[in-house]
Amino acid sequence: MTREEIRKAIIDILADIAPDEDTSGLKDDVGLRDQLGLDSMDFLDIVMELRKRYNVEVPSPDYPQLATMTSCLNYLSPKMA
Amino acid sequence: MAIDDRIVITGVGLTSPNGDNLTQFRRNLLAGVSGVQEFETRYMGKVLAGVCHYDPLKYQKKKEVRRGTRAGSIAIYCSHEAVADSGLAFDKLDRSRVGVFLGITEHGNVETENEVYNISLKNYDTAFWTHHHNPRTVANNPAGEVTLSMNIPGPHYTVGAACAAGNAGVISGVQMLRLGEVDVALAGGISEAIHTFGIFASFKAQGALAVHEVPAKASRPYDLDRNGIVVSEGGCVYVLERYQDAVSRGAKIYGEIVGYAMNSDATDFVLPLPERQVECMRLALKRAGISPAQVDIVNTHATATKLGDQQETVAMREVFKDAPTTYVNNTKSFIGHAMGAAAALELAGNLPAFQDKVVHPTINVDRLDPECAIPNLVANEPKKIEKVDYILKNSAGMLGINAVVVLKRV
Repeated sequence: MTREEIRKAIIDILADIAPDEDTSGLKDDVGLRDQLGLDSMDFLDIVMELRKRYNVEVPSPDYPQLATMTSCLNYLSPKMA
Repeated sequence: MAIDDRIVITGVGLTSPNGDNLTQFRRNLLAGVSGVQEFETRYMGKVLAGVCHYDPLKYQKKKEVRRGTRAGSIAIYCSHEAVADSGLAFDKLDRSRVGVFLGITEHGNVETENEVYNISLKNYDTAFWTHHHNPRTVANNPAGEVTLSMNIPGPHYTVGAACAAGNAGVISGVQMLRLGEVDVALAGGISEAIHTFGIFASFKAQGALAVHEVPAKASRPYDLDRNGIVVSEGGCVYVLERYQDAVSRGAKIYGEIVGYAMNSDATDFVLPLPERQVECMRLALKRAGISPAQVDIVNTHATATKLGDQQETVAMREVFKDAPTTYVNNTKSFIGHAMGAAAALELAGNLPAFQDKVVHPTINVDRLDPECAIPNLVANEPKKIEKVDYILKNSAGMLGINAVVVLKRV
């Protein structure tokens, strides 16, 4: 997947997890939790959906890598290439 | 009875297969409108079920619906509706003195079935089992979701009482008020049962799942051509308060809960025992301080299983043998069996009779089972009667649990 495709994949997941929020104007370098009001259970949903949809495993020590869109893209690009 | 022990209903919130508030529900009960329809269920295809059509987004965000359970969503809808109906200034209340007590027949089957199905698509790899499973399946979930939604720091729990659970929830609310544990109780019963295939499959295996080419005719207690239960979802939550508090704030009072009783058959997993049902009804009447003949309406439990209907009839005939002006009806003929919500919903459908003095009928009695020929059974057409001062709601469930509530017009 290209970086842009991965971005879209992440936004699709976020839109499902936070269906009341507008995911169109997310800032790349601001924490996703803060922008979308996500809590720890939501965050685990991101991990689960990456596993379900893309067979990507995110071990718990790597969770901080999913903090922002930019860090997500950096972390996931090699895994979803 | 001590003044603080007088407990009244001041608000009703409900969703049933044929109405999302008491006005709609009552109107359809008087007009003979069923809420039974075809419903697609996993593995079994189309079954008949009572399906609710309330708008979950009236009181929940999409994310809350997604995260929670159907039982929680129904409980939230009913609780908000009940509080709005009560006229309580909820924002100004000390909500640590509000409790939530909801009867359930079962809880967790829906979510467990969903997850087993989901991992079956992944070769049963439990890494795909959701982290939401435990908070969704803990037995207090429906009541707990209400406290989250309404910011209620007071006590909450569910009461597992099979098909007597709606009454059991109401009884718990009364008890917590009388104990002084709370000042307002949100009490009643909830069912999400149609979303588990297991309940349909189990009734089918038992030869007790209703089928009919016309869905509205499928739930037919007391009729010779009945062939089982229509499973339904639904909910009914009451605002319960002390009589004195209700009067002080000028609240509308639907009725006073003057008697209740619960007991156990202690004989069989599924078969009811008339003797124990008799004892339960008599104990509730004794606590209410009235004779059977003073009861104007008895709303029965009958679910449209042959033995269950007949056994309850045996109990009814015994308790009300000298009660010539006691009328009898049944609500499952309209809405199917709403399980944990059944007793609370069925009682609610009769509350307006305190004002309009009309007994809603039990429908679909085309060929009355002679074994169920209860005196004064109001069949197929509503009946206006001279007075309605007392209503008795009978209920019973698997493992031999019985629960009765007696209401008085205030």
